[in-house]
Formats: sequence, C-alpha cells, structure tokens
Amino acid sequence: MVDLTVDVGSLRLKNPIMPASGTFSEDLADVFDLDLLGAHVTKTITRGWRDGNPTPRVCEVSGSMLNSIGIPSKGVGYFIERVIPFYKRYETPLVVSISGNTADEFATLCSEVSVDGVAAIEVNISCPNIEEDGKAFAIRPSSTFDVMTKLRKATHLPLWAKLTPNTGETPEVARAAEDAGADALVVANTILAMAIDINTRRPKLGNLMGGLSGPSLKPIALRMAYQCARATKIPVIGCGGISSVEDVLEFLIAGATAVQVGTATFINPLAMPRIIDELAAWLARHGYSSVKDVIGSVIDDEQKAGVVFMEAAP
Amino acid sequence: MNAALKLGDVREAIKPVVFERDLQIISNVQVNGEYRQMVLKAPREMLEQCRAGQFFHLLCPQLGGENPYLRRPMSIYGFYPDKGEMHFLYKVTGEGTRALAHLGAGDTLNVLGPLGRGFTIADNWQHLVLVARGVGLATLAPLALEANRLGRKLTAICSARSDDVLMSVHYFRSLGANVVTVTDAEGTSSIENLEAIIEGLIAEEGVDAFYTCGSNRILRLLQRIGEKHEIPGEIALEQQMACGLGMCHCCVRPFRKEDRVVNLRVCREGPVFDMQEAMPW
Repeated sequence: MVDLTVDVGSLRLKNPIMPASGTFSEDLADVFDLDLLGAHVTKTITRGWRDGNPTPRVCEVSGSMLNSIGIPSKGVGYFIERVIPFYKRYETPLVVSISGNTADEFATLCSEVSVDGVAAIEVNISCPNIEEDGKAFAIRPSSTFDVMTKLRKATHLPLWAKLTPNTGETPEVARAAEDAGADALVVANTILAMAIDINTRRPKLGNLMGGLSGPSLKPIALRMAYQCARATKIPVIGCGGISSVEDVLEFLIAGATAVQVGTATFINPLAMPRIIDELAAWLARHGYSSVKDVIGSVIDDEQKAGVVFMEAAP
Repeated sequence: MNAALKLGDVREAIKPVVFERDLQIISNVQVNGEYRQMVLKAPREMLEQCRAGQFFHLLCPQLGGENPYLRRPMSIYGFYPDKGEMHFLYKVTGEGTRALAHLGAGDTLNVLGPLGRGFTIADNWQHLVLVARGVGLATLAPLALEANRLGRKLTAICSARSDDVLMSVHYFRSLGANVVTVTDAEGTSSIENLEAIIEGLIAEEGVDAFYTCGSNRILRLLQRIGEKHEIPGEIALEQQMACGLGMCHCCVRPFRKEDRVVNLRVCREGPVFDMQEAMPW
C-alpha cells in the first residue's frame, strides 16, 4: 500500500490531487464520490454579487481552451449559508477561493470566510487590482507583498496564494508572497490569450481576451512551479494543463507538493479519481512506498540560479 | 440540490446520477440531406435515468483530421430502456459533428449524462402542442414519446424549409400525434399562418401547454399567444458549453425573473426553461 498523503504546510491531504478553482463545484458529486479527492477547492467568490462576462465565455483552441467567465458570484452571504454547509458532509478539507478588487475588500472577505468548515483559503491574486491600472496583484512583487500582508492579518487559516503566469518576475513574486506570510503557492492561473474567428473577424470570446488552459499551458506552469519551488521554502501546488498521471509526476518531480486538475475534468469528469488510482499504481510499480519520495526529485545538477530563474528563453 | 439542504442531512451521501460510459455504436447513417442519426447500445440503468429534453455531453473523436477538444452537448432524440438503445439526431455543422460523422457501427463513443433538466408535463395538461423548426425537432421528439406513455394528446407543428427536410413527421404520427407541417417552399411557414393555426387549435380543442426549441420567431409568437390565453410553455435552449455539469458557468443565458434579468446555466438550470422567462436572442 503506497502512502499518498502529503502535507501542505499544516494541512495534511490524503492524496496530492485536488481540483483547480473554477473547474469544480457541488455539481461534480453527481458523477463520483468527492471524498476521494485530496482537497476541495471552490470557484472564486467575491464579496458582492457579480454577473460575470458576456458570452461566449469559452472557445476552443488547438488541444486547449480559452475562457473569460468573469467570476460570477452570488456573494459571501450565499456562500457561507449554502455552499460551505454542503461540503461538511465530506472528510476532505475545503479550500475556499476568494478575490477582491482592492486589497482592503480582499482582506475583509478573507476574514468573513474564515469560518468553521473551511480548512484553507486560496487567494486568487491573479485577478485585476483596480487600484493599480487593472494589473493583477501577482504581476508585481510589491503589489503581491502588500495584498498578502493585509490578507495574512485577516485570517488565522492557511493562506494559499494563486500566482499568475502573466508576470515576468515569477521568483520575485513567489518570494514576496512567502515574505508576507503565504503558507503555500498555487502555480499557476491561466495565461492571457486570444482567438479570432477569421470569417466574422470577431474575437471568439465576448470579453475579447481570456485565459488559456489545458495541455498547451502545462509547460509554462511546470516551469513556474519549478522556479517557485527553487525560490521559496513553502509548499508549491502545481496547476496548469494537468491531464494525466504523467503530468502529475512531472510537477511533483519539479518540486510541487500537490497538484490541481482543472480543464481535464471538463473533458473527462472522472479524471481526478482515475489519476489518484494511477498515481498509486505508478508509485507501487516503481518501488516507492510514499509519494513524498518523488517530490522535488528533479535532477538538475545544481544549475546556476541565473539559469533556473531566467524569464526569457535562452 | 443546495436549496434542499438542511442541517440534519449534512452527512447524507450523494448518489452519483450521471454516467460516463463508452457506448458501442449500432449505426450512424445519413437520414436525409442534412441530418444523421446515431444509434448507440446503452445500459438500462442509464436509459432509465433519461428524461425528454435532457442531453448528453459527447466526447467527439479525433478522426478524419478533426481535432475537437471539448465535449459537445447533444439533446437526446430517443431513449429505449427495453431495447437498450439511445438515439441522437444531428446536423453536421462544425468540427465536433464532422468528427462524429466519421464513426461507424462497432466504434465506441464516450458519453456523459443524462444531464440537465428536461420537459415537465403537469398532471392536468391534457393537450400538449409542440412547435419546432429544423433540428429543434430532434430535441422535442422524446416529448412525443413521453406524451404517448402518459396518454396525453399531442399536436406537433413542424416547420422546415421544404418538405424533404421535414423530419420526424412519421415518428410523431407513429406515436399518435396530430401532425401539422408548414414549409417555406409552400409559403405556409410564416408567423401569421402559424398564429392562425395555433389560435384555431386553442379555439377548437383547447391547449394546456406549449413546447418549442430552436427558433427566435416561434419563441416570440408563443410567448405572445401564451400570455394572451394564459397557457404555460417551455423552451429548450442551446449555448456553448465546456463542462456540461454546472461547474464552469460558461453556458449562461439571460432570463427574466420577476423584475430583473438573471443569468442561468443552460446545462444545469436548463436546457429546458419556462417560456415566458426566456429572452429572445
């Protein structure tokens, strides 16, 4: 029997597989027993009501997809009254994803969702900060440090910072989050992208641009997860295009402690439970007694920091 | 599901009701100039869950140079627990349906479903009238099966460009429905003529509910007639989808709820909606 448990800071997970925010909800309980998962991660909520973006909100690109949903939210009251109680039937820890337009609004929400039934808070600092020209908090180390400092003061629960690939300063942003008290890094969100219908000449998304997710994103997210694992001492949770057990292993070897599966669930709703089974089987087949033995086992021959942390292709 | 949740049942397990299965194709053939029908061998427990108006999310194959990535939603055309068969009727329009057309007898197709909320037939609705155009008829076909099973009277008004694409007419007749066909070729498909036909049905036989799918003009007409005569109705709607289960919020459409407009998910709150709450597109 292979030990699949991992520790994300103080939080022990029965296995390293969890959903990515926005690709999971109570609705998936119609397909399989959600207690099989290592953690439950809810879709990002905001404090108040948000309608979300105009349709089309999704389009397909070669082997991947773009989305621009716009964080529709029923607000924090509905979430606390209706969503959190739903998850209390499960043993699996609940991770709540939140977002805010300003650092103060973000911190207020962080404090409001620090309630019984919530095991950790994932802060989606990849969302636009309206106080900084709409640039996401996690694009710059300084705005990352400022918002994470306020969020840290707002809760006693573990704080996971979800980073964005739309930055040229991944290691610096990761260190800023760590310095401000983040307990873990989720690496990463979707990358800003676009698609145009050549016949109508209109962008394929109602919001013109949106986030790329799926297999095309994976090498970028893997590179970032590796950099973040090298740059910080806090656990990294890999996220981006993970669709198979091989993808999971790649992230674990790069230094991720756990992973999030997102878009793959849209294609195969049973992707997560299948990957958990296949991970146990792969580890057993290769003689490992614990998944922890694989984490960070990348053989990179201690390359110079200048190479590991480069932000441009050589 | 959430709305019904009370403190007392928080530990209650949720039984999975949506199946993800590889089904074997019995046949997949062209039925007329524009449409193809696919017949799949399906397990009874899956077919017994199906309701008219629901859909399946199909993992279209990467075949014939087509590389669809996301699943494609498709309404159920027919489901037969006794025969162990599920039927889909589709028009080849894009990458997903082009890929589906490459499948043949003996191949497998991965399906997810049944999904969404289907049509309702209230206990006191005796005369049902469905009005549909084109491939919208595929979505309404299982309603005829259900009306037949419940012993309700059904009138099917089928609109199409010309006679040779009038689908499902034999199917509706075989289930005892009264079928009225209108076509562009004969000049009988105008909204004015449809209105006269429907007003005639209301005056002569009485109508308890309307059902439709696929046409903005027909929706507007039925909303107007329904409001005037206080006859309820339902419409099946489409939208681009990603997950099909309600998780991603991609497939929303606007609906009138009391004084405000709200976005609802076609995959979860629909694809069948109250006709008066639907908004023409």
